Amino acid sequence: MDHFEVFGLPRRLGIDAAKLQRVFYELSRQSHPDFHQAAPPERQAEILETSARLNAAYRVLRDPIARVEYLVRLEEGRDTKEGATVKPKAPPELLEEMFEIQEALEEARAGGPDAASRETLAGQRDRLMARCQDEEARLRGPLSEAWDRGADARAGVLAAFKEALATRAYLRTVVDDIDEALGEVGEGHVSHRRH
Amino acid sequence: MKRSEKSGRAMSRIVGIDLGTTNSLVAYVDEKTGLPRVIPDRDGQTLLPSIVSFASEGVLVGAAARRQLVRRPDTTVYSVKRLMGRGYEDVKDELCYFPFKVLPCEGIVKIQVRDREVTPPEVSAIVLKSLKERAEAHFGEPIEMAVITVPAYFNDSQRQATKDAGRIAGLDVVRIVNEPTAASLAYGLQKIREGVIAVYDLGGGTFDISILRVKDGVFEVLATNGNTHLGGDDFDREIVLWLLEDIRRKHEVYLGRDPEAMQELRLAAEAAKIRLSFDERTVLTIPFDGFTYRREIARGELEELIARLVDSTLRPCRMALADAGLAPTDIDEVVLVGGSTRIPLVRRRVGELFGKTPHSQLNPDEVVALGAAVQAHILAGGITDMLLLDVTPLSLGIETLGGIVSVLIPRNTTIPTNAREMFTTSVDGQRTVDMHVVQGERELAKDCRSLARFELSGIDPMPAGMPKIEVVFLIDANGILQVTATEQRTGKASAIEVKPTYGLSETDVERMVEESFTFAEADVEARLLIEARNEADTVITHVERALGQGASLVGAEERAAIETALEALRRARGGSDRDLIREATTAMNRATEHLAEVMMDTALKGALGSRRADEIMEK
Repeated sequence: MDHFEVFGLPRRLGIDAAKLQRVFYELSRQSHPDFHQAAPPERQAEILETSARLNAAYRVLRDPIARVEYLVRLEEGRDTKEGATVKPKAPPELLEEMFEIQEALEEARAGGPDAASRETLAGQRDRLMARCQDEEARLRGPLSEAWDRGADARAGVLAAFKEALATRAYLRTVVDDIDEALGEVGEGHVSHRRH
Repeated sequence: MKRSEKSGRAMSRIVGIDLGTTNSLVAYVDEKTGLPRVIPDRDGQTLLPSIVSFASEGVLVGAAARRQLVRRPDTTVYSVKRLMGRGYEDVKDELCYFPFKVLPCEGIVKIQVRDREVTPPEVSAIVLKSLKERAEAHFGEPIEMAVITVPAYFNDSQRQATKDAGRIAGLDVVRIVNEPTAASLAYGLQKIREGVIAVYDLGGGTFDISILRVKDGVFEVLATNGNTHLGGDDFDREIVLWLLEDIRRKHEVYLGRDPEAMQELRLAAEAAKIRLSFDERTVLTIPFDGFTYRREIARGELEELIARLVDSTLRPCRMALADAGLAPTDIDEVVLVGGSTRIPLVRRRVGELFGKTPHSQLNPDEVVALGAAVQAHILAGGITDMLLLDVTPLSLGIETLGGIVSVLIPRNTTIPTNAREMFTTSVDGQRTVDMHVVQGERELAKDCRSLARFELSGIDPMPAGMPKIEVVFLIDANGILQVTATEQRTGKASAIEVKPTYGLSETDVERMVEESFTFAEADVEARLLIEARNEADTVITHVERALGQGASLVGAEERAAIETALEALRRARGGSDRDLIREATTAMNRATEHLAEVMMDTALKGALGSRRADEIMEK
């Protein structure tokens, strides 16, 4: 049973968050182990499995980007994370800037950045963040809508999903690297790398 | 709303236990009022100090053990929660502050007390057993099931260690529940209906922040963060170090290597800290060998000492907010839990961060135990309209090539939850596959907490990459990991050998359970003997007094019989045969029945003139 099926939903990306939460609470009331403590062990094992499946599905479906990532995996017939084909990839138009950033990062790692290069790096980080957010908006918005519109364009949309996800993964890694070099990891915002 | 099934194992009473760093409590939900209540001991005390003293004459726990802290620092164990589920490397830096000896032992630590070594779960089990007995005395029935709370940021090993402690104490731990979420249940039942709440829980040794959404009776944890090594103990340490320097300056003596003096200092520092939550200044007086140390401390001075530590709780708060996708202004209510939140500086900082005055209507020492009782009542089927959806605090992953962690279950995923991963072989004919499971937020496995190494064995010899083994990682509602594996071609379950990095093996726990039963029987015997003797003493005193006042009221024969019974009771009281004491006590009561009646009659006559006692009774 895939995550969409757990919620009785078609394989579409437009999901009403409030409704999803309502259904999640309803299903949780049916299958949470708290309400089945007196059940026989076999039944408890089933409940645990159902509840775990429901929570895993909710975690993915409530997040519009995780939803896309999951859909790509599902469409490619992969049930687990193994063999993920979305590898971080630099957007072509940013390649030049990336070289500069990598150089600045090398320097920063070697000796600690001076005030001027800190400022430059911070500026670059903010630009990359903005670019990353654009990519996310595209995934959530027009691309997801294109997927939901119909079967004809789906192969193309799938390819576009993968490209956008690869760009986003790349940008997040670089943003994290800059944060690390600036010594700002974790203060106020959370490392992106691990999702 | 679905009610719990009626079939299956019978649900007996489940209590809620807060196993704290400094104090522990037990609570239950009163069927009549539907409200949770803390169970006091015989003296009316609700807090049981989480202290165990291993004296030569036996094991002391609670207030009795607390009195041994200064007298027997090397065998009186406190704050053992900081050692639960931890390896020697994790705790070695703070061991210099403990006056008892902590040794490394196969991934965990042991504490050397007198001629034996005990593990942290065994020490906690003694505290739990004392609470279990308190509850049993309260209800007059055996208590076998409990919900026990842990800091939300406890990892798998620390949770497992807590569960082990319960088992050793003879308790079936039906649920491990997170302290801040437990607190939110207590508040939810009585004070809060809907909204987004932040629970800031700063206790004796641990700090947690949890962000929850409460809606339609569902308590959904959105994110949690914390530090399992930050609390009131650390504040005390700062004060002690400062006092040590002050004493060195004023009295030219360094007490840092004197365990008794250090314990005196620690207790005085803790007491001063507590007073400074209510008073602007306080005086600390400690008599030492050869001099008396006296020092006035102002609240401002304390705040200066602990400001850095208090501020270090704010970062986890911001991280939890970020993980929940919320800004401080999105929080409707802030709830304070744990004794350390009585400190005005803590309240100020929390208030500033969230931009609102925090709640603390429920006693911050009791609220976690009350919430544990609510969760226990939910599990027993007594509450069906409240549901707690908690999360796993740390990401779970496996080590891959190059020591990099591949995350399978990200932090703040609602539990129970599971993840599947495919494994295969890399060499032709390979029969086993190893995996290393870690917990934590760092990129490299070596920087995360190692949970266990698993070995999948019995793989049929095949070319490399052919076997397909699906491994399911399941985190249950306790936040504890279970792993199963299936060979996909044959569909048969693969054998997995688990080698936990930290923790007790199944056989260890079983041995400890057995040992504790043997100890427990001895303990019960000893207690019953003492009780029998106490009762005998009371009866002897009464009879002696009666013979002195009313000997003339009965005949010589009867008087002789009473004297004989009294002598027999005195002899039995001197021995250690409990049954003999009981029999002699019963015989004594029987021998004096008539005398007691006559004396009562006489006393009434004296008081009421000539009317007989039974005439008066009739009226």
